Amino acid sequence: MPELRVVGRPVLRDDAIEKVTGTARYTTDLALPGMLYAAILTSPHASARIARIDVATARGEPGVRAVLTGDDLDVLLGLYLRDKRILARGVVRYQGEPVAAVAADTLDEARSALRKIRVDYEELPAVFDARAAMAPGAPRVHPELATYERMRGVFFPEAGTNVAHHQKIRRGDAAAALDAADVRIEATFDNPPVQHVPLETHAAIAQALPADRVEVWTSSQSPYTVRHLLAHAFGLPHASVRVHVPYVGGGFGGKAGLGVEPLAYVLSKACGGRPVLVSMTREQEFNTMPSRQGLTSTLRLGATRDGRLTALEATYVWDAGAYADYGVNIGRAAAYAGAGPYAVDNCSIDSYVVYTNKVYGTAFRGFGHLEVLWGVERAIDRLARALDLDPVEFRRRNLLRSGDTTITGEPIAVGHGSPRKCLEAVAQAIGWGLPPLPPDAPNKVRGKGVAMLHKAPAMPTNTSCAAVIKLDEDGAADLLVSGVDYGQGTYTVLRQIAAEELSLPIEKVHAVWDCDTAMTPYDWQTVASRFAYMGGNAVIAAAADCRRQLIDTAANALGVPAEALVCRDGRVCVASDEGRGLEYRQLALGFTFPNGNAIGGPIIGHGRSIATGLTNLDPETGQGRPAQFWTYGAHAVEIEVDTETGEITVLRLVTAVDAGKVLNPLLCRGQIVGGVVQGLGSALLEGFQFDERGRLMNPSFVDYKIATAKDLPREIVPIMIENPQPDGPYGARGVAEHPMISVPSALGNALFDALGIDFSSLPLTPERVLGKILEAGSR
Amino acid sequence: MIRLTVNGRLETASVPAGLTLLELLRDRFHLTGTKEGCGIGECGACTVLLDGLPVASCLVLAVEADGRTVETIEGEAIGGELSKLQKAFLEAGAVQCGFCTPGMIMSARGLLRRNPRPSDDEIVEAMSGNLCRCTGYEAILDAVRRAVEHDPSPSAPRHAHSPPQKEDRRA
Repeated sequence: MPELRVVGRPVLRDDAIEKVTGTARYTTDLALPGMLYAAILTSPHASARIARIDVATARGEPGVRAVLTGDDLDVLLGLYLRDKRILARGVVRYQGEPVAAVAADTLDEARSALRKIRVDYEELPAVFDARAAMAPGAPRVHPELATYERMRGVFFPEAGTNVAHHQKIRRGDAAAALDAADVRIEATFDNPPVQHVPLETHAAIAQALPADRVEVWTSSQSPYTVRHLLAHAFGLPHASVRVHVPYVGGGFGGKAGLGVEPLAYVLSKACGGRPVLVSMTREQEFNTMPSRQGLTSTLRLGATRDGRLTALEATYVWDAGAYADYGVNIGRAAAYAGAGPYAVDNCSIDSYVVYTNKVYGTAFRGFGHLEVLWGVERAIDRLARALDLDPVEFRRRNLLRSGDTTITGEPIAVGHGSPRKCLEAVAQAIGWGLPPLPPDAPNKVRGKGVAMLHKAPAMPTNTSCAAVIKLDEDGAADLLVSGVDYGQGTYTVLRQIAAEELSLPIEKVHAVWDCDTAMTPYDWQTVASRFAYMGGNAVIAAAADCRRQLIDTAANALGVPAEALVCRDGRVCVASDEGRGLEYRQLALGFTFPNGNAIGGPIIGHGRSIATGLTNLDPETGQGRPAQFWTYGAHAVEIEVDTETGEITVLRLVTAVDAGKVLNPLLCRGQIVGGVVQGLGSALLEGFQFDERGRLMNPSFVDYKIATAKDLPREIVPIMIENPQPDGPYGARGVAEHPMISVPSALGNALFDALGIDFSSLPLTPERVLGKILEAGSR
Repeated sequence: MIRLTVNGRLETASVPAGLTLLELLRDRFHLTGTKEGCGIGECGACTVLLDGLPVASCLVLAVEADGRTVETIEGEAIGGELSKLQKAFLEAGAVQCGFCTPGMIMSARGLLRRNPRPSDDEIVEAMSGNLCRCTGYEAILDAVRRAVEHDPSPSAPRHAHSPPQKEDRRA
């Protein structure tokens, strides 16, 4: 391969100039003529019957244009299971659930009218613990579960229970292998629900137009999915729904699927087609919009005396909250990844996604993998200890390598990434095996830990993506895609790929921001760390299409065979005589001969990509091929613990990810550092707290802390490993979610190294750590 | 009626008593670069300079700005020319989704205004009231360091591809 000019370079992102000048427009920065503002009344109860709603007074308040309740709307929404209403109807299933909404001339008027709505509730029995919700006789969150429309053959709700999905993985005979194992461990681990905390809360503007058309502007990761689900829910042709996505202020999975768009749409309809803005308050972002699911894992692992992992049995119980949303697919994806990146011949996993009366769960960076690997990677350390083996050495002996098969029977071929290289890289960088430096003070102790991570895109077997490149009069290229760049930098990477493929300088390739389902070509949605991979392949194909058209026109213009021509430095030229050729600008709209005759026409290339070779999983055994590619990684961390306060200081955190090919080291580093710090939030700071009536106790930045500039590790060391992905663009695979996964596991393992105490619940707050230290001291 | 200077220009407005400075800037003056992230002064996205000092504009009433000087992100680039601080944010890779960026830049501007040569501790302290969920802060702190006047050469930064040095920070 010739030397790359643009791909692999630290190209600066083109959107940053608008973002540093305050000119980048986000959804709430748009003010459409006649736009109204919405306010939402939410339920104070976790489980209640709505006995009566009186909105008559509110309807008469100044500025009010419409008031809606669930009684006005007979639409069920859902991604995989249609179980959710736009506004609660008859019952509320979590505290924070929208019950009524007002659209008014100003936000103040809408909020003021909200206070005039009277709702009488009759509280119903509720269930807040997912394991308790599985018990016979537990209150049922959705008594009508069996009637819901769902994606059949993929998801399996259990009628008459709270189980929205049960995913089974069966390989070998785990029970027999556990019996036969020389060494066994069993342990239970907990993760609380956490929030995505995008700095921009969910927001959407919708305008109902004549002839049943609708136009939407939304802060979303999923323009085409929003279009499809709106069309499906309201029985509209797809072309009648036009979805725009301006700049998006962070998503992390929370803005995938449908958000507040349906509510904005029905309010607009109720207001005679005035555009309506629905923008969530920060409290509603915590309390009404979905979070990451909680998880309780029970793991049983067995190994031979010589350190071979022979059995893994796991029960994963996901706290889905009140609605299934992405939760059912998380329960599925995290199950097929639920043994970690290890070869284990005997594996049995039961993953249950269980309704409770709490704010519901959805996709969150890592898609369940941070949660399951909190358990698996802590359990692997404990098993190594039980074997009296070094945790790195135990992992080394059991990591997947080519020739192995995963727990779903997928063969690991040459061309997969290398978990081993990631492990060796972080072990070396942290000085594994060397004693930590002496602590800063006598009341402090130090420790080191490692953890592995892996994840594949969790996506439908037929996921697809398209790209369009059109050439401008001046020979530059415009790139149109419908994946959303909500900060991760994919548009910059796609520009680099297009520049490389079209032999143009990066400055002459422009990404078209603002996705628009009427203008930009199809993409499934921007989730699962697959946009650079699938979008990259689509851009390569689109550029090839442009080159074919350029060469075709140039061949006629120059009177030479197409085979003799190449694209080089913005020109089509004769390969053997590069001086002879035409610039792209002479061809972009068609070539004009000196006598005025013209040939060709505007150059517009299109390319596409689709998932290949994926299968649904067998419902009874989970066997099949779910993964387009696996990205592997590892973390190693050195920490210092203050034994008087329980406070953890992260001294050094090393992260290696097998990116296949680093398309842009600056952006890749941004993903790693950003992901690691978000992972530290899950490890040390974050978690929902509910009271005994299921009310969220910390729905604000006062009580729910995310990492600040003061919470950084003293040093973060990203290491990018490059074992090319054969079918990836330039060998690349996705890396966006991965740096977050297993950060808590590495911290937990380091904490054991420092204190000799096993922690099984997150977050590792000073209170929790100190509590365990005191408990251990008193024994 | 209040009178205030916004980005060097005298503005007047008739405002209700409860209107916040954030609402005045965004809804009346259409300066939408200043963002609302929480509405209770905890996230820093709405940071602007009031008489040169960084404030959470969601917690300041518009009437409190009467007779005073307000600087927002829209005033940071002069005549289309990016400030050194803005350039540093670009070059350090300090921008991802960008929603926190205006507030970050205004906090940094406030710091550099009162202390052109801040220590590393002072930079971290000044930026720690602004939340970012994308970047992990490292590149943002790096950008502020680049912009500090005594930085030998902003075009050849000290921390381009090495982690920032923070050993002294917790002292």
